[in-house]
Amino acid sequence: MTTLEFKNVTKKYRVRGAGEMLALDKVSFTLTSGQTIALVGQSGSGKSTIAKILTQLERVSSGDVLLDGTPIPTWGRPLRRYRQTVRMVFQDPFASLNPAHTIRHHIERPLRLDKVVPPDQVEEEVFRLLTRVRLSPEQTIDRRPHELSGGQRQRVAIARALASRPKLLIADEPVSMLDVSIRLEVLNLLAELQSEANLGVLYITHDLATARHFSDEIMVLHHGKVVEHGKADEVILTPKHDYTLALRNASPDPEKHFAAPTTPGATS
Amino acid sequence: MTFPNPVAVAAPAAPPVHTRKRTTLSRLGQTFAMFRNGKSLAGLAILGFFVLIAIFGDWIAPYGPLDKDFQALRQAPSWVHWLGTTHMGEDVLSQLIYGTRGVLVVGFTAGVIATIIAVAIGVTAGYVTGWRSESLSALTNVFLVIPGLPLIIIIASQYENPSLLLISSVLAITGWAWGGRVLRAQTMSLRNRDFIQAARANGEPLYRIIAVEMLPNLTAIIASSFVGTVIAAVLGLTTLAFIGVIPITNLNWGTILFWAQQNGAFPDFWWWYVPAGLCIALLGMALSLINFGIDEYVNPRLRSAGERARAMRKKGFVLSDSVTAVRPRAAAKNPSDPGATDASTKH
Repeated sequence: MTTLEFKNVTKKYRVRGAGEMLALDKVSFTLTSGQTIALVGQSGSGKSTIAKILTQLERVSSGDVLLDGTPIPTWGRPLRRYRQTVRMVFQDPFASLNPAHTIRHHIERPLRLDKVVPPDQVEEEVFRLLTRVRLSPEQTIDRRPHELSGGQRQRVAIARALASRPKLLIADEPVSMLDVSIRLEVLNLLAELQSEANLGVLYITHDLATARHFSDEIMVLHHGKVVEHGKADEVILTPKHDYTLALRNASPDPEKHFAAPTTPGATS
Repeated sequence: MTFPNPVAVAAPAAPPVHTRKRTTLSRLGQTFAMFRNGKSLAGLAILGFFVLIAIFGDWIAPYGPLDKDFQALRQAPSWVHWLGTTHMGEDVLSQLIYGTRGVLVVGFTAGVIATIIAVAIGVTAGYVTGWRSESLSALTNVFLVIPGLPLIIIIASQYENPSLLLISSVLAITGWAWGGRVLRAQTMSLRNRDFIQAARANGEPLYRIIAVEMLPNLTAIIASSFVGTVIAAVLGLTTLAFIGVIPITNLNWGTILFWAQQNGAFPDFWWWYVPAGLCIALLGMALSLINFGIDEYVNPRLRSAGERARAMRKKGFVLSDSVTAVRPRAAAKNPSDPGATDASTKH
């Protein structure tokens, strides 16, 4: 059981000539393995800042981030060990894979860095990971990212994130750049892998509909503040904050406008 | 926590094709893909020709470069002396062939040294931030505005007999800055890309991020800056030899021009100076062609612009027209104002 805790985290960016910009304002939440929290908010609300702090690409200005009760390390080997437990799937699969390297390289690197398996089993493990995200290993392993479609690339990114066997996964809008027709597939894959490995998932999104289906809790972020946090259905059905209400009203409700749901997956 | 739609989970795998085996050869092919286009290949062919001459010059040249035949002074091209002779009766063709080596050796040595400096300083300046980046950038700018030729003249004239390596180094030190600037800009843009962030989040050490994740994405720019520096070095060397800064014992195309100038070859004894000038131009053209080819590989828009223009013309458009130009067919439908549409579409 792994628990990640944000305690009164504040992040300020220094902006040249404009003083400071408050990106996160005393954000607190707890994420445990097996649980999914959806992080909803408009652009610039601080969603990605949370992801960057979790992956330690950014440091907090004040407050604590605790992994199982201990502050997360900021450098050296402890940081690498921390990074092994928290991995991220980036938003844009066209940008998050290095165009100069093969798929093999992308999945092999975390395996070798974190010494997940002995060197002579790396190839086998790459095959296993690719199979797990439903890519044909023989066909994809020696290709470069530009030879794959968006959905296939995102699967590679997911395989890379899972390679180090993390406990927590940050999915930063993992399907927003994908074709609508394959979004559900990728989300289902994520959900399935999550229950397999008992992952804690922080699902960052704009999309309330998938947030409701995909997660246990929804946290609404507005101008760096958590304005609403609760069970997924509660937040959607009885929104307390104006922004949540606006978000809900902005997304189409198939039950309201259509006689029957258009796809079996759109409602539950 | 699961979706009630298991049908969509079945991922459509790509149709089974034969597994592609990655051999050393195909890897090399990937690395040199930037040279695989008409312009680059033409440039490489010309360059290869000069390289062969430089290597096998001793066997190809019909005479020694300084062999004097006092029976044949300032002779026009003939079957005995294909490119005529100098005022001392030396064979111009032989001098040209022997001179190729000096030009290429200096050009490529300077290119290699300059590229190493440019990569080291440019990539570092692009990856680090704050005052470090700014100071390295300032250093680059200083070298960018240093007038190269006068500096080389001053340094070269300090030495009685400057070696090829010294000349190359001086040419490199005055010539790396442009490549360094371009590399800095490209590294700055790469640094914030997601795949670099992903590598950082994976815990990759800094040296691997720069050497393994970034450098392969910079090869085309490094290659093009290398070729650019070689051109500059070749021109610099021949200029130095022509104005007589480099001692005459260092035989190259510039030296031939120097002797021709000193002995009043212009304009009557054309066989003495035209071939050397042509060789310089040809080598410069070859290197430029390679560079254009790399540019097109990096920026495919350059390649397709011509084809797109041709395709547009077939459809009756002119590329330089405004994008809202009216099709000829629409003009027929709209007879009220035929003059205006005709004028904008037919050229």
